Amino acid sequence: MDLKLLLQIFLTFLKIGPMTFGGGYAMIPLIEREVVERRKWISTRDIADIFAVAESIPGAIAINSATFIGYRLAGTRGAIVAMIGVLLPTFCIVVLLSLFFLRVQDHPKVEAAFVSIRATIVALITYAAYKIGRTAVVDKSTVALIAITFIVMVYLHIHPVLLIIGGAAVGIGLVFVKGKLGMTTITEQVDREPRYKYDDYYIGGGI
Amino acid sequence: MLLLELFTTFLLIGFVSFGGGYAMIPLIQEEVVNRHAWMTTQEFSDVIAVAGMSPGPIATNSAIFIGYGEAGVIGAMIAAAGMVIPSLLIILVVGMVFYKVQKSKLVKSAFYGLRPIITGLIMYAAFIFAVNNELISSISWHSLSLIGIYLASLAALIYFRIHPAYVIILSGLVGIAVYA
Repeated sequence: MDLKLLLQIFLTFLKIGPMTFGGGYAMIPLIEREVVERRKWISTRDIADIFAVAESIPGAIAINSATFIGYRLAGTRGAIVAMIGVLLPTFCIVVLLSLFFLRVQDHPKVEAAFVSIRATIVALITYAAYKIGRTAVVDKSTVALIAITFIVMVYLHIHPVLLIIGGAAVGIGLVFVKGKLGMTTITEQVDREPRYKYDDYYIGGGI
Repeated sequence: MLLLELFTTFLLIGFVSFGGGYAMIPLIQEEVVNRHAWMTTQEFSDVIAVAGMSPGPIATNSAIFIGYGEAGVIGAMIAAAGMVIPSLLIILVVGMVFYKVQKSKLVKSAFYGLRPIITGLIMYAAFIFAVNNELISSISWHSLSLIGIYLASLAALIYFRIHPAYVIILSGLVGIAVYA
């Protein structure tokens, strides 16, 4: 196995990791520049495919993309090396921030700041719901599914994992039944652009 | 024992975390707050705030923070590993074949059902966070001021398209000015 290539993969993703704030989508243009333009490891066409796969499998798109590129370049070892490379810097920064936060969280000024920040976090989550909702709503069935999920969570409180697995099954079932009834289902927004080209790519993307 | 619990918890979350980022919040909330009671919803809001101010993906950052809070640096490593191992396994097993699978009608149909479920889950998470952080409570100057901050933050995100990390920092400064 080419150790030099593994080291290059590791260092490339190590460099990209800490350069972005607040989410994986911000890393996409940086990954593209390093891997396609500078290193010429992957062609422009292939990178689009890689990002498309990376956003549909579970997990953060930046980590998935890095792992996938590592895999394409140097197999399993390449995948592991790329993943550790992209994770390591942010891991260290988050551990330091957690350490810092746990030390200062009882300070009156910090407490005051977080009273306000908590309201902002509710706004952030609302915004994420709005963003994903816009791609999710394609017909009446999808609107109904959103409402049912919310009501089920409030009153019955089923584990979200079960709902997610159920959601995939319901999707397949709905398209099948509608097909039998002679209706066609448009399963996604027609004019959907690749998500990593959005200007607010950093939120609510990925599906 | 705790380390094993951290690992399996985030492994489970990692396997179903379609949509990355904020889509994982309801899942982490269910496991970390409701099932394991490692923290309250309010503390979990703070975790998201710190995770949102750090570089890198927000869900992985939250896992690192929670792992660190429960069991130090080892806990952080275990939680992060749990979160990313599913992605690694799926990439190794499915590899490039998935690209063709992804275009199949079956996978598109699955995502057609998956997206609204995740939207509903995130809406529920927003609701729970609003209740626990006193946004939805009896009317007082305190709750009204929080609703004001909520609306201002939402406007900053949607209309002025300010990056979430800056909105969080700005909000913190407002908090110090108003509540300290």
